[in-house]
Parts: sequence; C-alpha cells; structure tokens
Amino acid sequence: MIRKTEKNTLLQSETLRDTVVRYVLMILMVIVFFGLILLIYGINPIQSYKDIFSSTLGSAYGFSEVVVAMIPMLITALAVAIPWQVGLINVGGEGQLYIGAAFATWGALTFSSLPAYILLPLMIVLGMLGGALWSFIPAYMKAIGLVNETITALLLNSVAPKLVGFLIFGYWHSAMDTVKTANFVSAARLPTFFGTRIHLGLIIALVLLICFWFVMKYTRWGLEMRSIGGNSHAALRNGLPVKAYLIIVACIGGAIGGLAGMTQVSGFYGVLVNNFSTGTGFMGFLICWLAGGKPLGILLMSFVVAVITAGGNMLQLTQDLPYAVINILLAFTLFIVLARPSFFGRNKA
Amino acid sequence: MQNSNASKTTGEPSVSLRGITKSFPGVAANDHIDLDIYGGEIHALLGENGAGKSVLMKILYGFYHADAGEILLDGKPVSIQSPHDARNLHIGMVFQGLNMIPVLNVWENIALFLPDLKPMLDYKRIEHRITEMSERYNLKVHPHKRVSEISIGEQQKVEILKLLLSDARVLILDEPTDVLAPHEVEAFFGVLDSLRKDGYAIILITHKMKDVLECADRISVLRGGRLAGTMLRDEATEEKLISLMFEKEVPGLKTKPGESRDKGAEPLLELRDVATGTQGAGSCLKNVNLKIYPGEIVGVAGVSGNGQKELCDVILGMEPSTGGKKLLYGKDLTNASIGTMRKNKVAFIPEHPMSMATVPFMTVLENMSLTKTKRYARRGGFSVDWEAVEADVEETKERLELPPVPLYRLAKTLSGGNLQRMVITREMVDNPELIIASYFTRGLDVQSTIAARQALVKAREGGAAVLLVSEDFDELFTISDRMVVLFGGEIVGEFKPEDTNIYEIGYLMTGSEVRHDTEN
Repeated sequence: MIRKTEKNTLLQSETLRDTVVRYVLMILMVIVFFGLILLIYGINPIQSYKDIFSSTLGSAYGFSEVVVAMIPMLITALAVAIPWQVGLINVGGEGQLYIGAAFATWGALTFSSLPAYILLPLMIVLGMLGGALWSFIPAYMKAIGLVNETITALLLNSVAPKLVGFLIFGYWHSAMDTVKTANFVSAARLPTFFGTRIHLGLIIALVLLICFWFVMKYTRWGLEMRSIGGNSHAALRNGLPVKAYLIIVACIGGAIGGLAGMTQVSGFYGVLVNNFSTGTGFMGFLICWLAGGKPLGILLMSFVVAVITAGGNMLQLTQDLPYAVINILLAFTLFIVLARPSFFGRNKA
Repeated sequence: MQNSNASKTTGEPSVSLRGITKSFPGVAANDHIDLDIYGGEIHALLGENGAGKSVLMKILYGFYHADAGEILLDGKPVSIQSPHDARNLHIGMVFQGLNMIPVLNVWENIALFLPDLKPMLDYKRIEHRITEMSERYNLKVHPHKRVSEISIGEQQKVEILKLLLSDARVLILDEPTDVLAPHEVEAFFGVLDSLRKDGYAIILITHKMKDVLECADRISVLRGGRLAGTMLRDEATEEKLISLMFEKEVPGLKTKPGESRDKGAEPLLELRDVATGTQGAGSCLKNVNLKIYPGEIVGVAGVSGNGQKELCDVILGMEPSTGGKKLLYGKDLTNASIGTMRKNKVAFIPEHPMSMATVPFMTVLENMSLTKTKRYARRGGFSVDWEAVEADVEETKERLELPPVPLYRLAKTLSGGNLQRMVITREMVDNPELIIASYFTRGLDVQSTIAARQALVKAREGGAAVLLVSEDFDELFTISDRMVVLFGGEIVGEFKPEDTNIYEIGYLMTGSEVRHDTEN
C-alpha cells in the first residue's frame, strides 16, 4: 500500500514537471512566431513585448488587470470542464453567461433594498438558476431524442444576447440610457480588494476550481462521472444512471456559466449593458480545450489568455495595431497548444 | 492432399521470418522467432492469449516494427515499414475485429483497398471483379449492401475478397473463426482449402485446437513470445500441441452438475411471455417463458443473432420489454432500471469486456469499483474506500480461485484475457444471485477459459443462478444443468444436457425441421 502511494506521487510529479516545461516552451514558440508577424507589420517586436510586459505582469496595476480579465475566463472554462468529464461538450457558455447575468440583474433591480449579505447570495443563486435553465433546454431536448445538443446550444448562444437586449430596452433600461440598466446599488456589487478591480469573483472561481478537482479525484460522484465520460455504454451496463447524470451535469455546467455572467455584472460592470460580453463564453471553451479539462491547466491557460488579451489591448493603444492582430496572437497560441509539439517524445507509456 | 502439400513445402518458402524480436514496455512479445511459410499451405499459429501470435503477424504486416530480425520474401530480404509496404509485397491481413467502414457498401469497401483504384470509380468493373472472385472461391457477398447491414460472417468474406482482389499472395487471418457460428466454420475451411490449392500462403492465427487439427498443414506453436515448435499436421496430436502450448498441466474442470440446486425452491428469475421490439440487427424476443432456479446454470444455445443479446439485455434492464413480465424472487421488476437490477444482485459478464464493461482510461482498481460505487462510498460519497475495493477483489479471487489481475494498471493496457478476468472478478464480488454470462469465454485461451468456467461453477455451488449464453457446445454441455435453445427470438427447446446431443441442439438452432432423418 505504502509503496504504491510513493510510486503514484513520483509519477505525478514527473508528469507535472513535464507539463510545466512543455507549456513554457509552447509559450516561447508563440512569442517567436508573433514577433515575426510584428516585424512584418513594421513594428519593433522587442518594444512591443516590453510594452505588453510592463502593462501586464510588470506592474502591480497591470497584474491586477490581468487577474480581473482572468476571472470570467476561469469560471466559463469550468462551465465547460465539468460537462466535459461526462463526455458532454458545452458550447453554450456564451448564452448561459448572458442569461445568468440577466437573472442576477433582475434580482439586483428588484430587491435593491436588501442588505448585501442576503442580496449577493440571492443573485448568485439566480444567476446559476438562469444558466442552468438555459442549458437544460438543449440537454432535455437531447434526452427525449429530439435534437443534437451541440447545435441547439450554439443557436441559443445568439438568442440569449437578443433576449437580454429585449429585457434592457423593454423594461430595465435606466432613465438616461436605453442600452443599459441603472447602476447596481452597492449592496448588489461583489466586494473588491486592494483598491483594484479584482473582485470576490476570483475567490469564487478558485474555490470552485478546487471543489471541481476534489470532486473528480476523490468522491464517488467524480468516479461515476469519469466512468461515464470514459465509456458511457459500460457505465450504463454497470448500473449507473447515465441519462440522469448527463442532464444534471449539463445543468451544473450551465449554472457555472450563469455564475460567470453574475460575477461579470455584479463584480466587474456593476450594471447590465446590452451586448456586454463579446465571446467570454467562447474563451472559456477555448481555455478548457487547451487545458484538456484539467484544473491546474485551466488556471494556467486562463492566466495566459488573460495576459494575451490584456497585452493585446495595450498594443492596440500604444502601437496603433488593428484589433485583428490580437486575434492572430490568440490563434497562434491555440494552434501551437493544439498541435501539442512533443519536446520529450510522444506518449511515453 | 496432405501428401501433395508436403511436397510443395519442400521448395523455397515464400515468407521467412528470421530472429524476429519485439518487446513492449515490460514484456518481450516476440523473442527471436524463426518461421517459414510456404505457398500453398495453411500454416496455423497456435498459442495462448498473449503468446505473441498477433504481434508477430502484425510485424509481418508492417503494423509494428521489429526491434531485431529480418523478413525474407522468396529468399530476398525486404523492409516492411507500414501496412502499405506489406500490401505492395502482396501480404494481406484480416484483423480480429474486422476493419471496414460500416456506412459504405460492400463494393466501396473493397474498392477502397484496390491498389489500382482509378480516380473515377468504375463500379461495373469493380463489381465484375468482385463477382468473378467470389464465385471462384465460393465467397458469396452482396456488393450493394451496406457493411452495417450484413452479418459478421459475410463481413469476413468481404475482408478476404478485399485481400484477394488486391493481389495478396500471403493471407494472414487473425482468429477468423471467432466470429463465425459453428455451421459457418466448415464452409470457411472449404474456402481456405480452395485458396491453398491455388497456391496462396495462408497463416491462421488461432487458439482453437479444433480449427488447427481440422484445416492446417503445418502448425507452429508460440509460447510466451517464443517459438515452442513447428510440426506437420500428420505428426500433431492434441496432447502434443497442448504440451507445447502450456508449460504446466492444464487442470481439468471440476464440476458436479446439478447437485447444488435446491429442488423445492422458488424460481429466482422468471420471465413470463416476455417480448421485445425491434432494435438493431438481432431478432426480437417473442413470448419467452423461462424460469431460472438458484443453484443452477441454464445454458442458452443458439446461433448468435437469434435473440441472445435481447434476452440478456431484457433481464439486465438495458432493453425495455414490450410485453410480458419479469419477476425476480416473485417480485415484479419488469420495468426496473439497470441500477435496480444490480442492487438486486444481478451480475452481467458481457462478450466484449472492453467496450461493454470497462472504462479504458481508468485503472483496474477503479474499474473494479464501478458496479458498486455506493458500497465503496464513504462520508456520504465524499471519499471512496479503495482498500475496501481491494479487499473485495481479494476475497472474490480467493473464493472463486481466479488468477490475479494487476490492479494499478490502466485497463486499456490489459490483454483480452486479463480484461475478461477483471470483469469476471468484479461481477462476482459480493456473491451475486443471478449471473448473466454472454459468450463470456469468447477469445479466451484454454487456461483462462477453464478458470472462467470454474468461477461460474463455484458461484453456482454457492447458490447463484446462472444464465449462460454460448455458442460453444463444449461449454454448454460441460457446465449447464439445463439448456434451452433460442431460435428466431423464441425458445424452441429445453433439455437436460445428458438427455440430448449436439445434433439435436444443432438442428433446433438452425430451425431445421427434418432433424431426425439426418441424425447420425
């Protein structure tokens, strides 16, 4: 028994080291390739990287902004990673984010007189409920054999922003402005730390990440979920309630997606703006994919993507680069990570 | 025929393997193997699971690369880096699981494989070639049917046609008779015989003694990755081959049929007029009435596809019944979920342990816990007691005298025999009361088969009821206490093994009406 544990930790530390080295090398490749693009565009890549560095990791303020950008990415990545464990591909993150934000906003506007310690949990519950309901639609339709869940979820992604827009224009807009609601009362705002824009969403995200890791690794439900993801047919024959799991886990994924929306409106914006998210939900999908659904990988990749987006925004301002260049940078990252270059030889079994 | 053949084998071998060595992490799969294959012979490669037969042939087919050794074709050394190289050298292989694209037609599957396929498909010409070849060797297929619609026996014919039409001269067949029903095997050997007469070199990978003795010209036995010996068919006897295959004596099966059955007991499982709707390719069940008592093994004979899968799945709760009742200990569980059936101590040992019972990327220990996750959950589910799983495995292994399986390896790295052993061990944990075993020794070597059957017999002695679906008459006659025959989704006969014989069962299985005239 003891010998086994030793062997396990040894194995794990080896793969961990390999993983870290692998990701560092991949990031270096991205830096070199993107530098070439910048050269072609006639910009000094060294200066650009200096700018990116000083505006992100090089200063306390820059770092705090990276963390702020990372929060929704972490949560939406989790919204993808959880259903991933049972073999479901949650492409509906963007829709869940919007609906979660709308539900939370309804709470914030309706119960604005409640104290924060009641209002915030209520908004969290509402946001999660909204996201869960939104992902229940494709999951249920799939379960009764109507439509493929991926296509439904994708289509619902374009419905959700329109629905939120309708709610804002029709009912919730402020007296001054038709494209957004009135600013939330302070009790409906997630607290921020250290005088930065980092809000409680970070703690929520990290706690969720740890819970996710714990549940998958140590609990009975994690075991059952992994077995469904690993071979759903065998799991069914082994007597696991596969269908129930699929629907429930899809809803949990949706709930986390909704929570991402809630933290954005309550922690970051403090108001619900029409079309407030441009692809945060998709970014979560990307991150989860890059990280292979692993908790540590999600943390790492969220951080990298946050640095890229924050740094890219900075380049856009200082070097007068078009926004498309940031997409090139992101696409490079995606390409290199998905190609998974093998620095240590492939598949050492 | 044996003589004419022996004279042929005196010439130059068409394939020579010299000192082939291949090791996988931790195991030497092939250890300096020398082998000669001649044109016009059926060369059987016999050995237990994991003896290295498939690996050796996959090296010849370019699927694996040997660590050392060389391959000579007609005396000239060649380098085979990929199956593509092998096909160019006229070597073809039919894999154990067959290897076709189910949504394409038969002729499309064959066309895909043709070395001289033109950019524009001339299906008339291809069809003509298929028909010509299939008539010549009596390999009747339907070129316009989808592969997913044809039986597995016909799929195998298509695989062989594929090789013949791509001008293969060396045919490697990996466990070809595994997927065939008993009555198809004979026709299959007829095909092999006519191929041999036309000078094809045929390598037959198998672990079935009967196949070997029936159709091979020469027999090579592999054991533990080494060549244990090669002999002509005429020199070979079952005893000799077995002593080459196994180092130690094969223990016989200890069984005392029927003793453990309690005569006055209630039936453990009762099916009353159970019927199913059409699902997939098999027959649906029609008015099946079946009682299984504690302490007996009920054998289900039949050609596969006659309702066996449906019968097992209905009992397990995998497939809904469209009529009738299913009673367990007199309790109506007709619409119970698989989870409920399992909670009522129903166990299931499937024919494909990997796809039907295993999560490949989990360890064996984790897989062992999957049918009883609640039993092993601690603190309300927040932790899993792996030591309890291990203890259960250990206890079951002792009780049923099963050989051990490695617990900390990924399930996907286990050999077929080990994997089935894992599933059998898992299903036997906590003394199940009803065991459904479906073709559960298919693909196992002699020793594993005996161990697996022994486990069932032990479970019966412990009072369990067993439903044993099988195509293996040996298996059915040695361990069943009672046999039923399934044909077209109906039970067409019920016997005690000592009151019947293979012929009677065989005729019922094939739905033949004139069975007494031909019985001799």
